[in-house]
Amino acid sequence: MAEVHFTSWLRELVPDGPVMARGATVGDALAAVFADKPHVRGYVLDERGSLRKHVCVFADGARLPCDATLGHPISAEAKLYVMQALSGG
Amino acid sequence: MSGRMLVATRKGLLTLARENGSWRVAATDFPGVPVTAALHDARDGALYAALKHGHFGSKLHRSDDQGRSWQEVAVPAFPADAASAPSLFQVWTLEAGAASQPGRLWAGAIPAGLFRSDDRGESWQLVQSLWDVPERAKWFGGGYDAAGIHTISPDPRDPNRVFVAISCGGVWETRDGGETWSLHGAGLIAAYLPPELAGSLGQQDPHRVARCAAAPDVMWMQHHNGMFRSTDAGLTWATIKPPGDDFGFAVAAHPKDPQTAWFAPAIKDELRIPRDGAFAVTRTGDGGKSFDVLRTGLPQRDAYDLVYRHGLAVDGTGTRLAMGSTTGALWVSDDSGEGWSLVNAHLPPIYAVQFA
Repeated sequence: MAEVHFTSWLRELVPDGPVMARGATVGDALAAVFADKPHVRGYVLDERGSLRKHVCVFADGARLPCDATLGHPISAEAKLYVMQALSGG
Repeated sequence: MSGRMLVATRKGLLTLARENGSWRVAATDFPGVPVTAALHDARDGALYAALKHGHFGSKLHRSDDQGRSWQEVAVPAFPADAASAPSLFQVWTLEAGAASQPGRLWAGAIPAGLFRSDDRGESWQLVQSLWDVPERAKWFGGGYDAAGIHTISPDPRDPNRVFVAISCGGVWETRDGGETWSLHGAGLIAAYLPPELAGSLGQQDPHRVARCAAAPDVMWMQHHNGMFRSTDAGLTWATIKPPGDDFGFAVAAHPKDPQTAWFAPAIKDELRIPRDGAFAVTRTGDGGKSFDVLRTGLPQRDAYDLVYRHGLAVDGTGTRLAMGSTTGALWVSDDSGEGWSLVNAHLPPIYAVQFA
């Protein structure tokens, strides 16, 4: 399972991180996290299900392009970091 | 001590003058227009103001008569064939070249282009060598959609050495007049990256870097994740730790004493407000080993003032300081920050302050 870490900015929402999640893509793994923690979804995705503009995800040490994040394939042992993009201030 | 200052604001360029012991707004230029950077060129007395019209893009104006009149000159522009073909979002900083380079100006932009003029802003060239470094692919915006250059520091000992700092793209130096660039910054740490990337030089977010004019190897940095000092012109950095908050944007370096610098801290990045509503400046006089927290004359309750990157200035004596906040307050100190006097609490949001 993928290991999903969240930025300290979201620590109050995900105090028990990192979270283990199953999924073939970043989007699948995040969906698995949100299934258990539905209140986190709106902080990471917008109402259309797109990654928020100022949220960025690193997969195994590489920052994923915002518009190709959710479909990015990941391995079963992937390590994901959901971080605030500093473009957001 | 300097008796005039330029204050670049969300609603125009204000020139303040000291008369009979107090400061007043002596001129308001470009009223209503955001002024993203201003420069007083001590070599020839010219003033420059970079505007960001909401509808009509960025523009650059110059005054050759102490601000009595202004003329529009060329604004830095990305060549149409530049990689990724960006367009200028704003000029973030303007710097004068060396005394031996009359007419030389530098501009740092968002997106993170470095531009050079050799004719007092009549024309500009993108410094292609920095734009083309492969590391640029990993730069990203800090507070804006695109990365930007907010600090340009020519080495006063050697005009071929120029240091720049990029949010978020780390710190760079050329030693050959811009032909080639080296990425520096060992010791900087980014907590907004996964732990294994925290030391990645090309993705650091130096909020602002200030250099000691008399000891140019000494630089001070307010970084997104702390305060740092370098004694080797930016190659390596050591954390300095004030009591309380070490987040902020601005830093000012004493022009003569390499042990002294000032910072304007706030609670770290999630909040960016003064702790407990009490606004303070921190100062070190021993190279960062210890700090004074200076509060006299600054609001100590219900204050939300935040000082942006270019909002804290020190004059050539190292005694007079000026500081402007995002909530439109402007203060001056005449005793190295021990005490502050409020000049005006009702200005537009302040982007930059400079003695002129």
